[in-house]
Amino acid sequence: MGFKMKRFDAIRKIVDSLRDEILVCNIGAPSRELFNIKDREENFYMLGSMGLASSIAFGIAISKPSCKIWCIDGDGSLLMNLGSLSTIANNPPSNLVLIVIDNGSYGSTGNQKTYTSKKTKLETVAKGAGFDSIIVIKNEDNIIPTLEDLGKGCHFVKIEVLPGNAQVENIPLNPEDLKHRFMKSISK
Amino acid sequence: MSVDLKLYSAIKNSGIDLILSLPCIMLKNLLDLIEEKNEIKHISITREEEGVGIAAGAYLCGKIPALLIQNSGLGNSVNAIKSLLHLFKIPVVFIMSHRGAEGEKISAQIPMGRLTPHLLDLLEIEKFVIDSEEKINHIETAVELSTSAEVSTCILLKKTLWGLK
Repeated sequence: MGFKMKRFDAIRKIVDSLRDEILVCNIGAPSRELFNIKDREENFYMLGSMGLASSIAFGIAISKPSCKIWCIDGDGSLLMNLGSLSTIANNPPSNLVLIVIDNGSYGSTGNQKTYTSKKTKLETVAKGAGFDSIIVIKNEDNIIPTLEDLGKGCHFVKIEVLPGNAQVENIPLNPEDLKHRFMKSISK
Repeated sequence: MSVDLKLYSAIKNSGIDLILSLPCIMLKNLLDLIEEKNEIKHISITREEEGVGIAAGAYLCGKIPALLIQNSGLGNSVNAIKSLLHLFKIPVVFIMSHRGAEGEKISAQIPMGRLTPHLLDLLEIEKFVIDSEEKINHIETAVELSTSAEVSTCILLKKTLWGLK
């Protein structure tokens, strides 16, 4: 208890930990916040298809074993695609970090509560799905050291934050331009 | 050569290099072949929509991914097809067994079976019906169209392909 960070603070720390990782980001407020903190060609912003961030990131990870992939997902969206945890854990790539920022709410639609604000614990779900490496972060100061220390593997990292969105602009990029920019950056 | 081996060869020769599958009794032998041959990367998925996401990620890295599923799964994928594949112009090839069509004995399959061709039209996905061995070469055509025009395509496998009624 006692943590004060919000999603925006967590994403800022994740960005500060980045080296050359490919980043796949969940739809809505998380993508807008990431874009406003630091836009990079290696960022794939999900503009639709809620729930599929971890699947897209997994598809990239198995296709680009030489690259490191981080995925920023949310509790509401992961709850929509829990089967993804089984697929990933049973075919674990050595280059994937699934970061779930858990604010216990559907942040982009008005902070309606999700079940993680009640009884559901996503780290326990991940363990049951078969993840071997599971880390829970409650303190903002632990984000950078934790992410920087992660070795090769398939990791599940949950960051607990308070609900709330930063007031940021929409992403002005056209979806096709975004796709081409991303594809070009990862084909280097 | 068996029908399933012909299907397998056509898939392999088309350039498809990642298969994301959920089983169907009609696809059993083909799935067994994919596993046995171990030439095309194959991952079992838990829901078709998830496969759309994985396929999208793989395409962004230069792969030619296909979903190998039953047509019931098309319904499970609708939002992802529109708000991921169509929005970003990411092509995925759907290879689907068509349950609930002519001669279906399981009543629960019929509503989705009847809807499937219309749903594909609504989704603006071009369909290639394979109802006999002579049409297996449609697979190559569909994959070529997908990759060249950046559109998703669908190959519908009918019972008659296997001589079933």
